[in-house]
Order: sequence, then C-alpha cells, then structure tokens
Amino acid sequence: MTTTLDRGLRKTVDWSLVVSWLLLVLIGWVNIYASIQSSEPSSMFDLHYRCGMQFLWFLVALAMGMVVLFAVNPRLWEVISSPAYLVVLVLLVAVIFLGAEHKGSHSWFTVGSVSFQPAEISKITTSLFLAMMMSQAGFRLSARGNLLRAFLLIGLPALIIVLERETGSALVYAGFLLALYREGMSGWYLFFIGMAIVLFVLTLATPAWVPFAFIGLVLALFLLFHVRPIRHMRLRRRYLTRALLSAVAGVLLVFSTNFVFRYLLRDYQRNRIEVVLGLKDDPAGAGYNVRQSMIAIGSGGLFGKGFLHGTQTAYGFVPEQTTDFIFCTVGEEWGFFGCLVVLLLYAYLIGRIIVDADASREAFTRIYGYCVAGLLSMHLLINVGMTIGLVPVIGITLPLMSYGGSSLLAFTLLIFIFIALHRQENKYF
Amino acid sequence: MILDRKNKLLIALALLVAVMLGRIFHIQVMDGRYKSDSVRNAMVRQYVAPPRGIIYDRNGAILVGNRMSYDLLVTPREVSRFDTAALAEVVDTSVAFIKERMQYYAANARRIGWQTLPFIKQLDEISCQRFVEEQYRFPGFKIETRTIRDYPFNAGGNLLGYISEVSPEYMERHPGEYRPGDYYGKTGLEAAREKDLRGEKGYHIYLRDARNRVQTAYNDGKDDKLAVPGKDVITTIDAHLQQYGQQLMQGKKGSVVAIEPETGEILAMVSSPCIDVSVLSDVGKHYPEIARNPGKPMFNRTVMASYPPGSVFKIVNGLIGLQEGVLRPNYHYACYKGYQYSSGHTLGCHNHPSPIDLNEAIMMSCNAYFCHVLKNVLENPRYDSISTAFSAWRQYVMSFGFGQKLGSDFPAELGGNIPSANFYNRRYGRNHWRFPTIVSLSIGQGEIGATPLQIANLAAILANRGWYRIPHIVKDSESISIDPKYHEKHYTLVDTLQFVKVIPGMWRAVNAGYGTGATAVSGAVPGLDICGKTGTAQNPHGEDHSVFICFAPRDHPKIAIAAYVENAGSGASWACPIATLMVEKYLTGTIRHEHRDREQRILKTKFYR
Repeated sequence: MTTTLDRGLRKTVDWSLVVSWLLLVLIGWVNIYASIQSSEPSSMFDLHYRCGMQFLWFLVALAMGMVVLFAVNPRLWEVISSPAYLVVLVLLVAVIFLGAEHKGSHSWFTVGSVSFQPAEISKITTSLFLAMMMSQAGFRLSARGNLLRAFLLIGLPALIIVLERETGSALVYAGFLLALYREGMSGWYLFFIGMAIVLFVLTLATPAWVPFAFIGLVLALFLLFHVRPIRHMRLRRRYLTRALLSAVAGVLLVFSTNFVFRYLLRDYQRNRIEVVLGLKDDPAGAGYNVRQSMIAIGSGGLFGKGFLHGTQTAYGFVPEQTTDFIFCTVGEEWGFFGCLVVLLLYAYLIGRIIVDADASREAFTRIYGYCVAGLLSMHLLINVGMTIGLVPVIGITLPLMSYGGSSLLAFTLLIFIFIALHRQENKYF
Repeated sequence: MILDRKNKLLIALALLVAVMLGRIFHIQVMDGRYKSDSVRNAMVRQYVAPPRGIIYDRNGAILVGNRMSYDLLVTPREVSRFDTAALAEVVDTSVAFIKERMQYYAANARRIGWQTLPFIKQLDEISCQRFVEEQYRFPGFKIETRTIRDYPFNAGGNLLGYISEVSPEYMERHPGEYRPGDYYGKTGLEAAREKDLRGEKGYHIYLRDARNRVQTAYNDGKDDKLAVPGKDVITTIDAHLQQYGQQLMQGKKGSVVAIEPETGEILAMVSSPCIDVSVLSDVGKHYPEIARNPGKPMFNRTVMASYPPGSVFKIVNGLIGLQEGVLRPNYHYACYKGYQYSSGHTLGCHNHPSPIDLNEAIMMSCNAYFCHVLKNVLENPRYDSISTAFSAWRQYVMSFGFGQKLGSDFPAELGGNIPSANFYNRRYGRNHWRFPTIVSLSIGQGEIGATPLQIANLAAILANRGWYRIPHIVKDSESISIDPKYHEKHYTLVDTLQFVKVIPGMWRAVNAGYGTGATAVSGAVPGLDICGKTGTAQNPHGEDHSVFICFAPRDHPKIAIAAYVENAGSGASWACPIATLMVEKYLTGTIRHEHRDREQRILKTKFYR
C-alpha cells in the first residue's frame, strides 16, 4: 500500500507538462480576447464570440486531457495505432472530395456546426504508428529498407495533405525527422536537408556564382577535415566518391532551383518566399501580412503596450490575428518580456518532453515523445518565424494558443497521450 | 554532459529559441522603425481648421468674414447600391455626373482604397439640408462643413486678396507649417497678414482600424489640441470710400490710392479692373476667365504698375529748385508754347499767359517753366559736373520715396525707377549728356517711373509740408501691433519752408475759377479747399494717362489722393473729377447736388468692357 501511495498522482504524472500546457492555453485565450476586443466587444466567456468559444474549447480540451490521463488505458494507443493510421489516411483522401472549400484548400470536414481538419488528427496517428512500428523488437533504422519504410509512413499523409493544398501543414511533418534522428538515422540526412535549403536561398537571393562557390567550399572543407585523415584506402575512396556525387547533386539542385521556383510553386508561395528573402517589396500585397505583423510586434518594445492597449492587432491591421498571427498580440501588448515568457514556456514544454521521452524505458513512449517534440518545434519555428519575418508566411497555427478547437484539441490529445504514457511507466516501474 | 543525440537536440532547441528571441529583441527594442510605423498605422490626427481671422475696415465694418460651406464627400468602399436618380435630385446634379464618378471610383478602387474623397464641393444650403434628411438612403456619402471666406462688401478684390489651397512649393518654403489641403492667403491682405489670420490648427487624435474607420479617441483625448482662431485684422481702409472709388473706376484701367497724410494710413486702394469679390471665395473655379481677361485683373496696379508720373512731378522739381536756391517763387519765365532746349527741338506747352511765376506755373502746369527750373538745378555752378548735380537731384527725389520700395505692408510692392547718373553715363558716355538730353525729366516724363502708391505718397508729403509716414493698410489693434516703422516720420531733403511756397499754386490750380488758366477747376468743391495738381502722362501705349494728385483741406489735410487713369487723356478730364469726388465723399459723406452730373458722367463712361 505504501508503494502505491508513493507512486500516487503527485509523483507519477509529470505535472510540469500539464502546467505548461495550461499556461499556454490560458495565455492564448487571454490574447485572443485582446485581439478582438474592439471588433467583438464582449465578456471573455460570451459563447457568441471567438473568445468565449475558445474558453469552451479549453474546457473540452481539459476534460479530454483528464480522460486521456486517468480514464484510458495507455496501452490502447499502441493497439489502435495502425487501424487509426489507416482510417485517418482514408479521411485525408476523403476530405479532398467531400470537404468544403475553405480559403482555397480542401481540408475541412463540417459536421453540423463543428468542423475539423483530418490533417490535425493525422499528426497524432502518424506519431503513434511511427512509434509502434519503430518500437517493434529488433527494429533498427540502419537495417535495410527500414528507413525507407519510415519515410514512406511519414510521407504518405504529408503527400495527401499537399494535395489538399495545405502545404504548410505538410511541412510540419519534417518534425518527425527529429524522432528518426534520435533513433539512429544518420545525421548526414539532416546535413543534406540543411544544405539544400541554404543552396535554395543562395540561388534565389545572391549572384549566380555564390551557390557554386558555397558547394566548392563545403566540399573542400569536407575533403580536408573528414576524408584526408582516413587511413583506410577503400574507405577513403568511397567517401571521396560520395562527396563528389553529393557536390554534383548540389550543382544539379542549384540548376533546378529556378525551375522549381518558377513552375512547381504556386504564385502565392513564390511571392511569400520572395518577400522573406527581401527580393520583393510589396507591402500592400504579398508582404502585407509580414509587414503588419512585424510592425505589431516591433511596436511592443521592451514591456509592451499593456493588456488591451494594442492597436495594431485589435484594429485589424494584422490579418488572422486570432489564429495564425496570435503571437503578434503577445508581442504588441506584452512586449519583449511577453515573448520571452511564451517562448521559454514552449522551450520548456518541448525540452521537458524530450527529457522525459529519452528517460523512458519503453521505446514506444520514447519515439512517440520525440515525435511530439518534433511536431511542436516545427510549429513553433514556422509560426513564430513567420510573424517575425524569418520564415515565409505559412498558414499554420501556434500550438495551444491559436484560436480554434480543431487545433487545440489535437495538440492537447497529442501532448496528453505522451503524459499518460509517461505516467504509466512511472506507475509500474 | 555527454553530447548524445538527446542533448544535441536540446541544444538545437535552445538555439532555435535564442535565434527567435534575438530577432524579436532586434525588432522590438533596437529597431525604432516599427514603432513609428505603428503610429502611422493606427493613429489618425483629425485636424481642426481654426476660423480664419476677420478683416475689418477702419470703422469696424467687416470686409472679409467667414461663412460655412458644405462639401459632399464619398467613401467609395462604403457605398452600396443606391438610387442615383434620387441623389441627383437631392443634391441638384445630373445622373450622368454621378454615374461617371461612380465608374471612376470603380476603375480606381484599388488605388482609392478606404479613402474619403470630395464628391461635390460647396453644396448650397438647401441641397445640404435635403441631403442630411435623406442621408440614410446613400450609405458612404456624408457632408463635411468647412468655413470659407465671405465678402459682405464689394471692396477691393485685389486689396483683400484670396486664399487658396497650399501648393507643394509653398509647403516646401514653409516647412512644418502646412499640410496638404490647408488654405493660405495667396495675394493681397490675406497674404500680407497670413501669419496673423491663419490661427493655429488643432487636432483630435483617434485610433483607427485597418479600414481607416475611426475607433476611439487616443488617450481619452488628453493629447488633443484645440484650434486657436486666427487674429482679426483691422485695416486702415474705409470700406465706403474704397467701394465708391471702385464704382468710379469701373470700366477704366488705372488706380486710385487715398492716404490719410497725418498717419500714412491707406484709406482706399483701387486697382481697376479688379477681381470681383464674388469670385474670391472660389478663385480656382474662375481662374481661367480671370487669366484670360486682357485687363489683367490679378495685376495690382496700385503697387505694381510703374508709370511716368507726368506733370505732378513738376512740383518735386520746383521744390528741389527752391531748396537748392536756384529758384524763387517770384522768378518769372516766359513760355512760347514750349521750351526750345536745343536748336530745332522744342518741348511743347499749351496755350496760357506768359511770363508767369512759380505758383502760376503750378496752377497752369507750364512745361517751359519747369524746364528752366531743372536747367537751373542741373547747371548749378555749385556742382563741378552735370553728373554730380544730377546725383544731388536724384537724392532729393529719392527722399520723396521715389525710385525704391516704400516698405509698405502690402505684398508685391514694386519700387518704380529713378535713373542714376551712371545710367546716363552708360547710355551716352561720360560727359556726353547735358541738361537738354534729359529735359523730359522736368515734366515727369522720360526714364522715370513711379507707382500710384508713390504718387499718392507725394500727395501726402505735400499735405504734410515735407514728411510722410510709410503708407500701410493694417492698423494697430488689440490683437496685432504693427511694425513701429509705420509710426516714424520720414522727412524729405526739402525744408517745410519751401513746401509752403508751392501750396498756393496747388490751391489755385483747383480753386482759381474758370478763365484763369488753372488746370483743375473742375475739381473744386466749395469749402473743402482742395489743393491739387493735374498730370497728363505721355506714354507709348496710346492715349495719354490722366493723372491727378490732391489733398484737402488745405490746412490740416485729412486725405491725400492720387488718381491714375490709363489712356484716358488729360488729367483734368478723368483723374481730377474721380479724385475730387472721392475727397468730397470722404470729407462730407455725400456728393453735392451740382456735382451729380459729373459723378454720373464718370460712372457711365467705360473705356473698355
């Protein structure tokens, strides 16, 4: 009996995660109120308005979180992972044909007055399925075909989401690379992805010779510090060939960049990239969102203008001020310190998940935890990055803070499944 | 700490957050650009134009006041479907006009955005009331009231000037003082007293949303500024005299300037043809027709036209002669219908008794007499050469305010011209010119030019017997104190003693009666003791200019006046009656019965349409 008491709620649940979750949701709710108080003056609980609705969603999310934490056997998640993955894949495809068009994308199901995005659920099911597959006994990423299988598993929903014209949501799937990396995927993959992004930017934003010079430089450094010290001749030759092949691939990438940029991207995507690279100054058109968003955040100063004293967000200068650009309200009304608090909370949440996951004895929990951390990081990077002009405008939510039930419930479920998995481990070991 | 993959990822996370915080710190704290951008974004200053100062005449009558004007504005984005025919009827315009405007807005919708534009300017009051009643039917349209200038007196379009929207160049010359859409005094008094009349703009600061809709007052209106009304200006003008002068000058080109000699205050300043005050409040609309008018109504002749002064200038020469000691009042000179200044060249004169003394010469305006006078001045043995003698003469003339700007408070004043000895040295060569070369200066012709204001000032100098105060049009009042220079006496280089010697001639010119040879007997008004001098200025533009100066009464004069009628003939025929009628009107308040015919003749005569 004493042992169960010792391992009671206080010890088994990682409350710091729950508290971070709670704080972020409440901060989001307060800022939603601030950003609409001029156009929708109401009490914070009035269900006719977005702020009240968000509070309702918060209550639902809280209830769901508690159910996940205390009422559902965490084993369930592992069991349902494959059927859930398949069902959601079907939903993802179905929504293309059945979903109502919403701002040019076909990704929303509407049932009665409630609408939801299968893409949000897909993040959870993909994480679960990935964790399930990779936690099988004897599974090693380095084994032949396994990495490809993992890529396929992640890529399939992402591809369908691209077809739904929700490219931004699909981009988030890159977060799974975090879990793959932890599980033994070669760091070179990350290196090549990073290089590809750098080359893409250099090709678009600098004179034509710069990307080639960059490839040459990286190649030279690699040969000098990585290949030359190798004594073993065959190994050395193999590295040399691979390096040269990579360089050739890089050159090809540079040549194809303009083609990709011009023909594969849509106009609005091209414009947004041009804006963030500073190639295009279009404050009234494609650059409007970013410019207004940066003005809102930039005008906040060190301590902000104070709660309900923001002008840029409340008066509609910043578009989507309750959803994708909710961070602007934080920046404008609470200033640098508000941003600091919010970002540190996110960093704490993600970091804590990584630490908990890594300490886990069960591969399933660990891999799932890294998936969650990866997804949250990608959302954070893209969403906050876009509001401060670091990343092109990509319409995805700020987890837990943006207005909207679909997103809030999905992230709550995502996080609470991890908390539940983590708790169960504490309970029995 | 081991650098395993978990820790690498944690470090990456920390780096990510650090980079974002760095960027946020940069745009929030280090880069001030975004703060000013946000001010521009959200704060609107709604400026409140102060009422412009009122311009009064010397007796308290309003020359320029303010009245409300109603403009119909439209915000095209807020317009929804409405009954164009109904709007056309309400605001009294055509359906075609409305359709044409709406099409224009639709075509330029992106550029116009949420701006509010003027739709119809200066709506009349009845249309405005009708519109306000039915405003609900026309969303997006609204009335804006502003004050415009109002002219209760038809007195002095050129004198008063007009206000106009500021031009970019004007704003550049007065940085920070004006905003686009503001009005400023462009000419006349409005320009001269712009700084007093305009007042200080006030403003409300509002916060607006992205659609340019005002949301709330900023900081509860604590930072708002009240408008300070413009200062009222009391002018020296006598509205009735000004109006009467304009009536008399109707249909004639020229100008009349009346000055109160004691103070230098300008009583009337008529430039004809002039801009009618009815178009002043909306000059922009009438500008093309004003610009086309061959009479150049915008040209203020009183201060900008430089004419040869003609015979009125003889008095100046006479005074110089007296002062130099080369002329005495009892000097008699003969006139043989002219003055032969070199063999075969005669400067002609009209038929009058001969020989005559100074006063008779003034009274009869003898040309020959004043040729002798100027000869005496320039060939005075006191001076070693004609150049030095001429320079001395010029000094005298300049002391009468000729040949330079008087420094009046009226804008755009010109200085006229008195040639220098160097001018003749350059033209004829040093020592190659003598008195006969410049003989026409004796009678106020030749290379000299004077503005009507300067000639009126001469009349004031004669009235004061030797001094003047700079003519000005603004009086000291509670709100405005004028430059002290307008209170200073300026003495001429001729002693008062000498002035006294020429006054009888001027008196006799008017009051000697018919048959005496006096030139201005038609201007006599019994009891007023008008002293005057006619002039008939030859000019290359056709008929002679008719010139007359006078002051009255002879002792303690109350008014000095100069009239200049272009291409009208002799001074006695037009300028003299106009000036003396104005003197009579000013001093007695009415026109005697026996002068009514004369008045009617002047009023009815129009030299041009």
